[in-house]
Amino acid sequence: MLAIKLCGLALKNPLLLSSGILDLTAPLMKKAYENGAAAVITKGVGLKERQGHPNPTVIGTDKYLLNAVGLSNPSIFKFKNEIKELEKVNIPVIVNIFAENAEKFAKTALKAQEYGADAVELNVSCPNITKEEMVGQIIGKNPSLVEEITRQVKETVKIPVIIKLTPNVDDIAMIAKAAEKGGADAVSAINTISGMLINIEAKKPVLSNKFGGVSGPAIKPVAIASVYKIYEAVKIPIIGVGGITTGRDAIEMLMAGATAVAIGSAVYYRGIDVFRKIENEMLQWMKENKVKSVKEIVGAAHGST
Amino acid sequence: MDLPEITTIKKIIKENYKVKTFYLDKNIDAKPGQFVMVWLPDVDEKPFTLSGIGNETSITIEEKGRFTKELFKLKAGDKIGIRGPYGNGFSIKDNACVVAGGLGIAPLKQLIGKLKKPIIIFGVKNKDDLLFKNEIKKHKINACSDDGSIGFKGFTTDLLKKVISDKKNKIKYIYTCGPEIMMEKVFEIAEKNNINCEASLERYMKCGFGICGQCAINEFRVCKDGPVFSSSQLRKMTEFGKSARMKTGEKVPLKTYYSYRTK
Repeated sequence: MLAIKLCGLALKNPLLLSSGILDLTAPLMKKAYENGAAAVITKGVGLKERQGHPNPTVIGTDKYLLNAVGLSNPSIFKFKNEIKELEKVNIPVIVNIFAENAEKFAKTALKAQEYGADAVELNVSCPNITKEEMVGQIIGKNPSLVEEITRQVKETVKIPVIIKLTPNVDDIAMIAKAAEKGGADAVSAINTISGMLINIEAKKPVLSNKFGGVSGPAIKPVAIASVYKIYEAVKIPIIGVGGITTGRDAIEMLMAGATAVAIGSAVYYRGIDVFRKIENEMLQWMKENKVKSVKEIVGAAHGST
Repeated sequence: MDLPEITTIKKIIKENYKVKTFYLDKNIDAKPGQFVMVWLPDVDEKPFTLSGIGNETSITIEEKGRFTKELFKLKAGDKIGIRGPYGNGFSIKDNACVVAGGLGIAPLKQLIGKLKKPIIIFGVKNKDDLLFKNEIKKHKINACSDDGSIGFKGFTTDLLKKVISDKKNKIKYIYTCGPEIMMEKVFEIAEKNNINCEASLERYMKCGFGICGQCAINEFRVCKDGPVFSSSQLRKMTEFGKSARMKTGEKVPLKTYYSYRTK
């Protein structure tokens, strides 16, 4: 009932581990898989190692998480072992990569492919980096850059290329179209929304980076709206991400037009077995509503035209 | 809510030449072995185990790196950010032996207060490194030091072997906290003698509540699944005593990690 195909990848269900959560090391990604995730999307990796920002980097409330980890990663070269370890046990692995320009994106993607990645997700949407660094959402706000990067990576690798989009733009559907034009196999939407939290006793922003990305239940309506808009604008599949915490949320995301759903912050709210919980809740809803396959409900909220 | 709460430092006690205990104006109801994240605005945020709980809530800290140097500049009445408590804490079992190495005594102090007549082994480099003398003096302490300046000259593990082999002691449980190399040896001895062991481990942390994955040891998150791990978990940890993750996520030998952590 739940099995899907995403960019040629056969997945046991439509639930993926989102980039940025429990995905720095192979053993924890394996644990997410064992707890029901059909595939894992890794932490963003680049050509060079990065320390990331000082703490506080992640804070949590009952409605949202706010983070500015700052793309800490050991470099794609040292991340090789994690990818290989997952490949050995046949866990579908999508490697999230970031870079400053098309050439570096292509180089990083090629390495990911060489190490056994099943797909790459291009991070053109991280909100937590200074303007001077020219990575993350500064790229993802520019449709022609998105198209150029997508095209160059597509020309370089054989594995599927997914573009992760930022919601911090006027028209996310236009960026999705640029990715499609560049040859993207799918898009992920949305990355986190720019935000800040100030501690009023300290009179200071809590995150060391001051600004961060908001995720979790509070951003679900924004994610749903974004996916809905993108679905009407492009033909390629969409990975819906942003605030999905329950089976009902996941069904809603599919109805907005997502083929698969990525889950991250929900691990905070419901534990590492949240994938299994959501899977069971989806199955129950589908039985009650006589839905035989999740494929039937993708885009269902758009009605018949 | 996992947000730092601004908290006043009630008093500061100098424990020895490099260690201070900061008592907080905040009652944290925690289990022995749990920890808090301490935020110094504009500096950093780091995990520290609670050395006292309830109306004696405190953290005991060695001046070591950049963060602790800043912390040591603070006085009673100054404010810091606190969130937590986090982690699981120790179980409370009878017939226990507690093995502390240096500042590893901090999370064990609370535990010792809750155990029935525990046998305590406390190892330090030198007698000047001893701390909590008053708090633990009602218990029988087997002290040891690297230079013999106090107690037995040698390692905690030598004393542990002796304590276990004396059948009168009927040791059924071992609790340990200290340098990981020591804890690895303690666990080895526990395994050889079929005795349950709980060890409190440490890794570089970010979120403190189990989602970022930074503090992973194999499939375990030190912040959420630990920091106290049982024998059955320790057995599964190929990284225990061997390797740790740097801030970048790179897996490195434990030695490399420690030399970075003390900077």
